[in-house]
Amino acid sequence: MGALSIRNVRKSYGSQDILKGINIEVEDGEFLIMVGPSGCGKSTLLSMIAGLDSVTSGEIYIGGRMVNHLSPKDRDIAMVFQSYALYPSMTARQNISFGLDIRRVPKAERDQIVERVAQTLQIQHLLDRKPAQLSGGQRQRVAMGRAIARNPILFLFDEPLSNLDAKLRVEMRTEIKLLHRRVGKTIVYVTHDQVEAMTLGDKIAVMRAGEVMQFGTPRQVYDDPANLFVAGFMGSPSMNFIPSEIVTLGGGIGLRMVSDGVTQVLPLNGAEAKLKTYLGKEVIVGLRPEKLTHKVDALCGMPHIHVIQSLVHVAEPTGPDTLLLVRINGKDVVCRVHPDHARAHGENIELMLDFSKVAYFDPQTELRIA
Amino acid sequence: MTDRGSSGVQGVSRAGRVIVYGLLLLMCLYYLLPLFVMVSTSLKSLDEIRSGNLLSLPKNVSLEAWRKAWSGACTGAICAGLQGFFWNSVRFVAPAVLITTVVGAFNGYVLAMWRFRGSDFMFSALLIGCFIPFQVILLPMAHTLGMLGIGNTTSGLVLVHVVYGLAFTTLFFRNYYVTVPNELVKAAKIDGAGFFRIFWRIILPLSLPIVMVSIIWQFTQIWNDFLFGVVFSSGDRQPITVALNNLVNTSTGVTEYNVNMAAAIIAALPTLFVYAVAGKYFVRGLTAGAVKG
Ligand SMILES: Nc1ncnc2c1ncn2[C@@H]1O[C@H](COP(=O)(O)OP(=O)(O)O)[C@@H](O)[C@H]1O
Ligand SMILES: [Mg+2]
Repeated sequence: MGALSIRNVRKSYGSQDILKGINIEVEDGEFLIMVGPSGCGKSTLLSMIAGLDSVTSGEIYIGGRMVNHLSPKDRDIAMVFQSYALYPSMTARQNISFGLDIRRVPKAERDQIVERVAQTLQIQHLLDRKPAQLSGGQRQRVAMGRAIARNPILFLFDEPLSNLDAKLRVEMRTEIKLLHRRVGKTIVYVTHDQVEAMTLGDKIAVMRAGEVMQFGTPRQVYDDPANLFVAGFMGSPSMNFIPSEIVTLGGGIGLRMVSDGVTQVLPLNGAEAKLKTYLGKEVIVGLRPEKLTHKVDALCGMPHIHVIQSLVHVAEPTGPDTLLLVRINGKDVVCRVHPDHARAHGENIELMLDFSKVAYFDPQTELRIA
Repeated sequence: MTDRGSSGVQGVSRAGRVIVYGLLLLMCLYYLLPLFVMVSTSLKSLDEIRSGNLLSLPKNVSLEAWRKAWSGACTGAICAGLQGFFWNSVRFVAPAVLITTVVGAFNGYVLAMWRFRGSDFMFSALLIGCFIPFQVILLPMAHTLGMLGIGNTTSGLVLVHVVYGLAFTTLFFRNYYVTVPNELVKAAKIDGAGFFRIFWRIILPLSLPIVMVSIIWQFTQIWNDFLFGVVFSSGDRQPITVALNNLVNTSTGVTEYNVNMAAAIIAALPTLFVYAVAGKYFVRGLTAGAVKG
């Protein structure tokens, strides 16, 4: 059994179901991300893993041990909070050694641990300061130091970077990733930021309204979203959702795409079997912006590449790419184009649609069809 | 208002400031004048009081009235000044203030950070205690003290003030602690700290401002209390407020205004002292928001 196993866990406050049957397995040393919009129950689940909230039903195992009825201090975990929760009246050193102190670690050993942790996090010079005398990033480090010092088998992070400014956030993100590699311990990390989720996670659990919508590696979640919600939540700018009718094409079926009055029927590239029953009906075609780009002649002619003509409605340069807004089947669609090939507002552009990673969703159930 | 505006604006703001400061000065005088009269009268001899003006400064400063108020004036049948009664007050005020503050802190900690089923009801019930007038509890309290066998004792008076004050101190501490982030308690729980250790090591060190509020409030209330003192104690056990009343009302021919004034100041000095020492925390404690970690 792995480091953490969450089995059919539910949480209700009165008649309100906050978590509706969560199942997650984490292997030893893995970095698990729980990501989802605010209010979906991430913090609640983390609190239950920590033992700060009771479990309504289901079981939680840490290191193979059922912990439902263990108090937080007996679960061998450490937690980093969004607000850092450093003890205001203690110095950084005292903050880090408080837990060791309570566990009656001898003074000499305690000092040694604090020294080592401080070195790992480069906070030696801050040890005698109170939290009020530290910057946001420094508090963040001290809070992580407090967690590391105890050497638990499981680390819990609740949106640890969301109070930092954008630049520092990126720095600390890298640092947490390095730290994980160095310490090698299992981490459960809660965030609402899908970029953090993609960059940090070995596994990602995408949550919505108390349910896990998909659980998998970052690649699986990004390339093979299980439903419309996951597809739309992961990735920035979001995946394009183009409602398209399935029509006959030659002997088989194809997608009807209308862009600025020009109608084209595109072949389905292997998804025919699964989409057959949708003939005459609408499906939602999911295409990421980077799969809609300017025409590259060398690639044309490959089976999953299609070319359509479109009018540019808005052009937004971001630096490395220019985002072009076009209309397909009456929907605004974002394309990611190299700046050299971008067109200005009001001009026509030949767009290349790469269907190698296309996803089809049922508009009613919002589930993936193919 | 800064002085950076145009000269016109400056003129207006200067005139405004003159008015504001003028008003403030007037208010100050209004409040300080009685004190001035008290102090200067207490330093005069009776002859000078009779012949002179209320607002004039003493010609011959004499501490005789103070000495008499402290150790010689008659309060009823006894003529030993306020001395003994002063220490009476200290003896029950100090424990009552300390107990209400400590227990109030603890109550507030539980009500704010260890919510339990019915804790909100408990809190509302405690709040009602703040609105019960003194007079209402006199009879039942006398009965209770009698049953406990501590009627007319210092411990009895302490108990009365503790019971009455707890509603207030609990309210102070509870409202202060709800502004302390709950994540601190969660972090401490994960670190392995228990109920008492979290209070002692994490929460109490954050509480200085509100402890000061509690001490000032309770000290002022209990020291200045007259009703409980006059009802629940008698003879040489009475607090200084009751003794002061007796001293002023005991007439042996002439009214010794200088002694009365000195006695009144003596009775008020401890509260002034507490304000002077802890006053700066008072405002800070009442207005303190979340603890910035
Ligand atoms: N003590 C509580 N009582 C009632 N509802 C709660 C309580 N704590 C959290 N909730 C509800 O549970 C939901 C999930 O909250 P939370 O886990 O904090 O979300 P997230 O961390 O994903 O933003 C929210 O809708 C919140 O209102
Ligand atoms: Mg949260």
